[in-house]
Amino acid sequence: MKVGLFIPCYINAVYPNVGVASYKLLKSLGVDVDYPLDQTCCGQPMANAGFEDEAEKLAIDFEERFKGYDYIVGPSASCVVFVRDHHGQLLEKRNHVCSSAGKIYDICEFIHDVIKPDHLDARFPHKVSIHNSCHGVRLMKLSAASELNVPYYNKLRDLLSLVKDIEIVEPERRDECCGFGGMFAVEEDAVSLEMGRSKVRRHIDTGAEYIVGADSSCLMHQDGIIRREHLPIKTIHIIEILSAGL
Amino acid sequence: MSTQHSIRAEKFLADKKQAEWHDETLWLVRAKRDRLSKQVPEWEKLRDAACAIKMYSNSHLAELLTEFEANAVKNGAIVHWAKDAEEYRTTVLDILRSKGVRHFIKSKSMLAEECELNPFLEANGIETVESDLGERILQLMHLAPSHIVLPAIHIKREQVGKLFEKEMGTEQGNFDPTYLTHAARKNLRQKFIHAEAAMTGANFAVASTGEIVVCTNEGNADMGTSQPKLQIAAFGLEKIVPDQESLGVFTRLLARSATGQPSTTYTSHYRKPREGGEFHIIIVDNGRTGILADAGHRKALNCLRCGACMNTCPVYRRSGGYSYTYFIPGPIGINLGMLKSPERYSDNVSACSLCMSCSNVCPAKVDLGEQIYLWRQQLDGFGKASKEKKLISKGLRYVMENKTFFNRALKLAPVANRMPRFLVYSSLNKWGKGRELPEFAKESFNQMWKNRKIQK
Repeated sequence: MKVGLFIPCYINAVYPNVGVASYKLLKSLGVDVDYPLDQTCCGQPMANAGFEDEAEKLAIDFEERFKGYDYIVGPSASCVVFVRDHHGQLLEKRNHVCSSAGKIYDICEFIHDVIKPDHLDARFPHKVSIHNSCHGVRLMKLSAASELNVPYYNKLRDLLSLVKDIEIVEPERRDECCGFGGMFAVEEDAVSLEMGRSKVRRHIDTGAEYIVGADSSCLMHQDGIIRREHLPIKTIHIIEILSAGL
Repeated sequence: MSTQHSIRAEKFLADKKQAEWHDETLWLVRAKRDRLSKQVPEWEKLRDAACAIKMYSNSHLAELLTEFEANAVKNGAIVHWAKDAEEYRTTVLDILRSKGVRHFIKSKSMLAEECELNPFLEANGIETVESDLGERILQLMHLAPSHIVLPAIHIKREQVGKLFEKEMGTEQGNFDPTYLTHAARKNLRQKFIHAEAAMTGANFAVASTGEIVVCTNEGNADMGTSQPKLQIAAFGLEKIVPDQESLGVFTRLLARSATGQPSTTYTSHYRKPREGGEFHIIIVDNGRTGILADAGHRKALNCLRCGACMNTCPVYRRSGGYSYTYFIPGPIGINLGMLKSPERYSDNVSACSLCMSCSNVCPAKVDLGEQIYLWRQQLDGFGKASKEKKLISKGLRYVMENKTFFNRALKLAPVANRMPRFLVYSSLNKWGKGRELPEFAKESFNQMWKNRKIQK
């Protein structure tokens, strides 16, 4: 089983530590993982803004880059699900076959559903509040969406439960949007900020020290508010916790 | 990059207390909806059924509507067809004129709002009174609804009290909701008694029986139609359902989704004219068959007008109904506005973070979020794409398609971390208005990998 590590553009630039943690964690779980060099972007920012056409070439590059791998695994639910749900139709427009969509996984989903470890060595003696991101929940189904009448489950919680000494909570309105939304964050900045502030407040109200999530983009937006307003909570990507001590 | 919506939303949010109240209140409705829907084990199957029935009905309109017409006529009703808003309005006016009606009472109808019926009738000398309390308040205030189910949700009781002091002579400073409701009731009672004709919309029209179904909590539709001899009901043609069995699917979903009630207080089935009276039914197209022809957006016709997508929408809750430029706000309004006129209503399309909660709450499974995504792709074709967003997207494409350029940019990016604040946090940086910028890493993941700092 050959796994290609997908490192989205902003993780590459801003959160390389999340990429490093992903690599180490997969390695420690015995996965044959490699990073195909010179990755850039999956095309989601342009497409969500309404310019899918600008993402077509990127989708082709992506397909080519990961052609030789059995799985593509990335630490960002939103980018992964964009490839899964949209690259097929982008490539179709260019008469190109898409194999990425069928083999790409968010790293939490991959560890939870494919690797299925029964223990991790990580220890994280802190209280964490799970950030259930919109695309993680509603498109990738990492946890039960609060709107649906389905039994509760949460893959992030399952994985975090393997970590020693951790206390896991979820905020009130557990999967309400934090207001990031790509260019939405600047185009609708007043609403986006208000959404972000109330999200962070609900995380703080749990008494948690950390907001933990599978999408660095949501965390980046909330962290920007936390630092600006000097709020008593930090953000951390779930993989940084699961790989603690590696 | 500012849209009408974003400008109005910022104003809405400036009144912090009211904005928070608006968000909390509508979230409570969503929470009630969650509780009620979770008491129905087959909820998700009901949604599937509702979606399937709507898709069936809307693709068999010719059969179902003519079946409805035949049954309605058999019941003694008079059926009219209106191809657009103008035909609908003139049909209503002609019916009223033929009976010399001067006082007309209505229950809430989004179709009437859509076709701007009230101002037209008023201009033609017919006193038209809204009997739904929320709608009545707005009518007296000369305001439009800000929500389709809770039309006056943005109005506080103090404002209602002051309005009633002026309009109904209530005690000064008495803002007690029960007191004010009683006053409105007394006032409306006179309108009910003196109306020569009454009108309702319809939540559903049943083809196999020729009946129309109206769901209200106040009983105002029944009050209105119980006294005058002349009754009019009008519905958009997508309100048709095949039979009473399928109707049951929708009545189980509607109130739970809309207000978190097991059912509306009144579910009224109208079939026949009153003895010695007339019952007119108007079936309205007004652009709906055009929507049917649009494969990407036709599911919008599944909409039951329950308002659940507004209650769950984090943007609607924090920007209010008046921030949208179409008369229906929220996710369904964004879509219906675009279907009405992409040129006029494209400003609402960006009022969405694509959180997809709306698609999950919709009882008839309208793919609301997915359709908004699709509209964004279509904006450029209408000449309505944001120039700035287009430029950013093109710029991003250039950088991202060129790995050498991208890698060089990542190398240079950390410089931004150390730039003077006034430069970085200028008025051009909308991200930085309320948030700190993320710090670029000294070394990108790609560079670290090249330098063999990661792999073992």
